[in-house]
Amino acid sequence: MQRLLFIFNCLFFTHILSAQADIEKQLQTRLILAQDGDVVELPAGTIALSNTLWLDAKNNITIRGAGQDKTVLSFKNQKQGAEGIKVTNAENIVLENFTIEDSKGDLIKTQAVKGLAFRDITARWNGAPKETNGAYALYPVQCQNVRIERCTAIGASDAGIYVGQSDSVWVTKCYAKNNVAGIEIENTTNAWVFENFAAYNTGGVLVFDLPDLPKKRGGHVKVWKNKIVQNNFKNFAPKGNIVGKVPPGTGVMILATNDVEVCDNFILDNKTASTAIVSYFITENPIKDKSYNPYPSAIYIHDNVFSEGKRSPTLKNKMGILFRLKFGRKVPHILYDGIQNSDWLAADGSVKPEYRICIRNNENGTFANIRADKIGLFKGDISKDLKPYDCEHHSLFSNR
Amino acid sequence: MGGLLMMGARFNPSPGLNGPKPKLSDYAFFSGSLADLEPAPGVFPYEVNAPLFSDYAEKARFIYLPEGASMTYRDSAAFDFPNGAVIIKNFFYPHDAARPEKGRRILETRLLLKEEKGWKALEYIWNAGQTDALLEVAGATFPVAWLDASGKKQSLQYVAPNLNQCKGCHSYDGKFVPLGINARQLNRTESAENQLLRWQKARKISLPENFTPDSAPRLADYRITNHQSTNHQSAARAYLDANCGHCHNPHGPASTSGMFLDVFENDPERLGVNKTPVAAGRGSGDRKFGIVPGKPSESILVFRMESDDTGIRMPELGRQLAHKEGLELIKAWIKEMK
Repeated sequence: MQRLLFIFNCLFFTHILSAQADIEKQLQTRLILAQDGDVVELPAGTIALSNTLWLDAKNNITIRGAGQDKTVLSFKNQKQGAEGIKVTNAENIVLENFTIEDSKGDLIKTQAVKGLAFRDITARWNGAPKETNGAYALYPVQCQNVRIERCTAIGASDAGIYVGQSDSVWVTKCYAKNNVAGIEIENTTNAWVFENFAAYNTGGVLVFDLPDLPKKRGGHVKVWKNKIVQNNFKNFAPKGNIVGKVPPGTGVMILATNDVEVCDNFILDNKTASTAIVSYFITENPIKDKSYNPYPSAIYIHDNVFSEGKRSPTLKNKMGILFRLKFGRKVPHILYDGIQNSDWLAADGSVKPEYRICIRNNENGTFANIRADKIGLFKGDISKDLKPYDCEHHSLFSNR
Repeated sequence: MGGLLMMGARFNPSPGLNGPKPKLSDYAFFSGSLADLEPAPGVFPYEVNAPLFSDYAEKARFIYLPEGASMTYRDSAAFDFPNGAVIIKNFFYPHDAARPEKGRRILETRLLLKEEKGWKALEYIWNAGQTDALLEVAGATFPVAWLDASGKKQSLQYVAPNLNQCKGCHSYDGKFVPLGINARQLNRTESAENQLLRWQKARKISLPENFTPDSAPRLADYRITNHQSTNHQSAARAYLDANCGHCHNPHGPASTSGMFLDVFENDPERLGVNKTPVAAGRGSGDRKFGIVPGKPSESILVFRMESDDTGIRMPELGRQLAHKEGLELIKAWIKEMK
């Protein structure tokens, strides 16, 4: 056996290029022929791949590497396909213990999967973060029951960890850095984002509801016990993409989503907008989707720790420049665009309780309503009074 | 390393009537020399109005129906097929596109088999001697070269898809479906003879009693373009339906994008007009909207059709070269849009 292995190894090294192609073909064949309950092992070493590895219409499959520092799937010389790994129309899929890097499009895309775990995966683009990197590192879309645990996402030109049009999601103990958005929850319901570290991105954690999508409405998103630190990186998103509008220096941004709770986080040294609560109007994009709700509602920001340092807004973004003009080098931590749905107002002009923005008990949490409601930023008088927002909503999930 | 060796386990065709056969010749779809693609009894050719662009490869298309069985017409979805039916598509390049009599090289044959459980795809790659084609689940990549219609030498690394890639396009709500086997593609009249009526006479299809070719759905043959025309609407929509609409529809894999390019879409926003991209990444090409009326060069749609970058180009699969003629058509259509 020893001898056989020796001979095999010699053959392997003399034919390393064709061996790589063979490994790729074997892996893809294995995925196509996988049976219910199979574990597909990815061998240790750097595996160069030229085409998307694709798993479709399978149940109960685990794709497992030998460890994040041992198995590296490199798509540096990708010729075909837009993603590194793709999983579609499947149930109960686990991806774990490997590194995946440098695909031409997204690194791992999963679509229409029920029951999905990403564990101990590093997904990254090497080199200086740049516009030509793919959009998303980890990208579940139209999925249910998703767990993303102990993963690292680096260098995405849109979002490192992006959960779109999905339901019942955990993102926990992950590290997102040097992406445009670190973690983004978009048109997704029932998402828990907790105990993550989002640092050195353009924006740390984004919770967005966007128009024109099959899944219309997200919401019920809780963001807690995260460290959201120094997200001051330049915005390197290609134009046209919504995250291209996020100003460098954004900690948390809630856009047009309902029922979002942000609590017990450390939100430190994000220079432009530590936490922003905004309507879709702030994007200045046209809205043609009649069923779309562009206003945020039932937002509850409480018990977070903000820092005194780094509050000098970016000058690389229109919003940042306006902030600098208005607030100088001390921009308030929590910013609200003040654009309200008139249907949600009570007879006395106050917002009905179930739609209110509530802000309470934050450390260093200074506030401003930037009054974009008067058609254009700062056309109304800025209000720094927190009293109208001193209220609470039921905690979304009882972790406290 | 042992694990890897085991991973390379051979694909064993499952026994039984419906199991995949290792060689194309095993099915006896063609009589005589296989490469002549002379249909055997029960096998007949079909033509579509608006073909999918596949790097200028040409296609020889056939349907096999079990004896006595027939298809059932449907107005908008794919026709219903009896179990045991097979759709057969052969991809080839003529050695010299200007002189087809000089012969051709057949590259691959794709089969769609209608089984009890639904549709299944199989992929066969032709050997160099053109004597047969072998089953290949994981696809293949190999060099091809040919002379195009203008006499210019063309070459590329041809990619025959793996079975998952087949479903990348052939998908409706996650289920495998045939494409192009529908009324709008097959309602085609050539030499004064309608294809569907011909099949009806041969008892290969049952048509509704009130069927007439003119009242049934029909895509324009976008290849017959009047360059003086100032209305490219029907040709462009036929092109988009055939080349994009299989994914970009509310039930297809690209439903995530909210951009729908099938022929049934009538909402300009969902068609991409002044619509911002959702998850395009660098596929946006620094442009803001899918389609900017009057401005093809500002439209993401055109950018992605022009690109040969695998992370940008659309369609994602089955194309490496830009389709010059298709691009001209789509640009003209956007240009005349108000």
